[in-house]
Amino acid sequence: MAGTGSNGEAAGGRLPVTLFATCLGDLMAPGAVEHARRVLQACRCDVATATGATCCGQPAFNSGFDAEARRVARRTVRALGRTSGPIVVPSGSCGAMMRVHWRELFRGDRDEALARDVAGRVTEWSTMVAERPLPRLVWNGRVAYHDSCHALRELRVREAPRALLAAVEGLELVELGSAERCCGFGGTFSVRYPDVSVAMADSKLADVEQAHVDALVSGDGGCLLHLGGRLSRTGSPVRALHLASLLAEAL
Amino acid sequence: MSDHLTGTTFEERAAEQLVKPFQRQAIPNAVDGTVGHYWKRFEGYDRAGLRRLGRDIRAHAVANLPELVGRFADTCEAAGTQVHFAADAAEANRIVTGICQAAEARLVVKSKSMLSEELELNPVLEREGIDVVETDLGEYVVQLDGDRPSHVIAPIIHKTQGEVRELFSRVAGHELGASAQELTSFARAQLRASFLRADVGITGCNFAIAETGTVVLVTNEGNGRLATSLPRVHVALVGVERIVPRLADLGVLVPLLAGSGTGQPISTYLSLVSGPRRAGEPDGPEQMHVVLVDGGRSAILGTGYQDVLHCIRCGACQNVCPVYRQVGGHAYGWVYGGPIGAVLTPLFKPTAEGMEVAHASSLCAACDDICPVEIPLHDLLLDLRRDRAERRLPGRLERLAYQAWSYAWSTPLGYRLSGTLGLAPLRLVARSGVLRRAPGPLGRWTRGRDLLLPWRRR
Repeated sequence: MAGTGSNGEAAGGRLPVTLFATCLGDLMAPGAVEHARRVLQACRCDVATATGATCCGQPAFNSGFDAEARRVARRTVRALGRTSGPIVVPSGSCGAMMRVHWRELFRGDRDEALARDVAGRVTEWSTMVAERPLPRLVWNGRVAYHDSCHALRELRVREAPRALLAAVEGLELVELGSAERCCGFGGTFSVRYPDVSVAMADSKLADVEQAHVDALVSGDGGCLLHLGGRLSRTGSPVRALHLASLLAEAL
Repeated sequence: MSDHLTGTTFEERAAEQLVKPFQRQAIPNAVDGTVGHYWKRFEGYDRAGLRRLGRDIRAHAVANLPELVGRFADTCEAAGTQVHFAADAAEANRIVTGICQAAEARLVVKSKSMLSEELELNPVLEREGIDVVETDLGEYVVQLDGDRPSHVIAPIIHKTQGEVRELFSRVAGHELGASAQELTSFARAQLRASFLRADVGITGCNFAIAETGTVVLVTNEGNGRLATSLPRVHVALVGVERIVPRLADLGVLVPLLAGSGTGQPISTYLSLVSGPRRAGEPDGPEQMHVVLVDGGRSAILGTGYQDVLHCIRCGACQNVCPVYRQVGGHAYGWVYGGPIGAVLTPLFKPTAEGMEVAHASSLCAACDDICPVEIPLHDLLLDLRRDRAERRLPGRLERLAYQAWSYAWSTPLGYRLSGTLGLAPLRLVARSGVLRRAPGPLGRWTRGRDLLLPWRRR
């Protein structure tokens, strides 16, 4: 790319990226998406919005409905195919769906090459931010981090979010023994087997309770909707926060 | 082995388990302990390299299975072991019954065999008037209680010491002490008497060695060794996929099995049984029989699911599974629980009920990361769900919903209309963005969680 540095940075040191809100972010947590944008901008990114992209297709894909997943993902592949440079996704499982599973979903399909191109440009949000120059961050309180399974095991995101939290002045990070254990969301699993799903949340939230934290932070909208919903139902004072929301508060 | 399972759904079976407070504490405690031992065991070792080796050995064996079965049968016969082939459970049970009847057996002792659970062998023998005693401590408890094992390594992971005490006291006819020592001593005395009287010993088989005709038993209680040496006749039930080519393969597979199963460097007992008593030997059975059971395994060969045959039944995937942790093994409806059960049950019992079990996973992939032979359980679960959808097993409503959704969300307008406008009425009735009871299918979400809708304060 003419006029850009080795990692796509423009001359001013600002990196052009596309932020894909994901359906869950767009519909259920637009605030967190806005925070994700604000933090990226503070890390010297020029953030464009993905227009026309809807959903990565994961709900249908994980339920075995490939044709339906492809129908929806195709829209998103084509919309994102019109962009260039990194595509930043503020959700581990959507990022994994796009980066890892789209190759399989579009194998032999007319949009395979495009899907592969887009998949190759997908970066999970915290990974992107951790690679950028950070502004000064201050946030006073105790925080526990919950790994999203797909960020952790499919995208191998483990250090980046922890490094970001460690960079925040005044923040005390408490490592949960169960940080890497699934919270029970699991997409459609959460409504297919709601009682099992909630029992899984409770097993994690018992740990959170013992850690006496102010906020439970994660990088996945699905986990947060589930854990936050359970915290709300049980009347817990602990906030379920997207990492982007916490960092935006810390700006 | 009928295709009919329990006639219930995973949700119903799970609900039965979720209301058992002790079990819900006992299983996490037990599996966390084992997983802790696991990590300690492999600390400082090249865990990735060992798993890769394990996978390669198993993959090579399974890929060459027909040839290895032939070679194993030949070496067994050369060692004086009688070899039988059983295509399915009914045939296997007929063969074992026949062996027992020919030996005029009245009492059979068994060491642990998950394959025999698949076959449902015990009731068949009992119907023929043959007494069967399970001699693995956990299996003994399960048998006395009319229960079923709920974990491949720890059959009574779901039971309390108090329950075992009550059960044993009933058998003893008087109140036993609560200590593990006293309870195990009681079981030991009971089982020892059975070992000394038994005519036939039936065992499973962890690995079968093709080059030597050896049945390998990995146990911790010594009951496998007694079952193979005291009775006049030894019958080993061998799933055809248990065969590996060389004795040397044990150097990788035994530490992997023991380490992944219990965190031990090697099991307390490792028995290599190669044929009946030979002339001049002081002990051992007069006859040894190997029953090679297919039971649906060769049907998996050559399909996209072949990797599942690599399984060495260590239970590690059950130990790390967040779903198993909550519901235990029985919720999966058949012999195997946890991720391996969620894959094996649909493959061995491909009815609508069996196929549903492929959904009993949140797809967190913790199993993929611990499996000692690198079975891609998460991918296999996805494949099974695809098969299930292709066979139109999900309900009409579910299929229609996905179709409608996919058309709506394949255009930005449809997405906006169904998404944003769909949420609008919910936002109207929610208080400060918190919906405590949602209508329709979303009601399944609000069973235990509030639905948090976008709200300016968040």
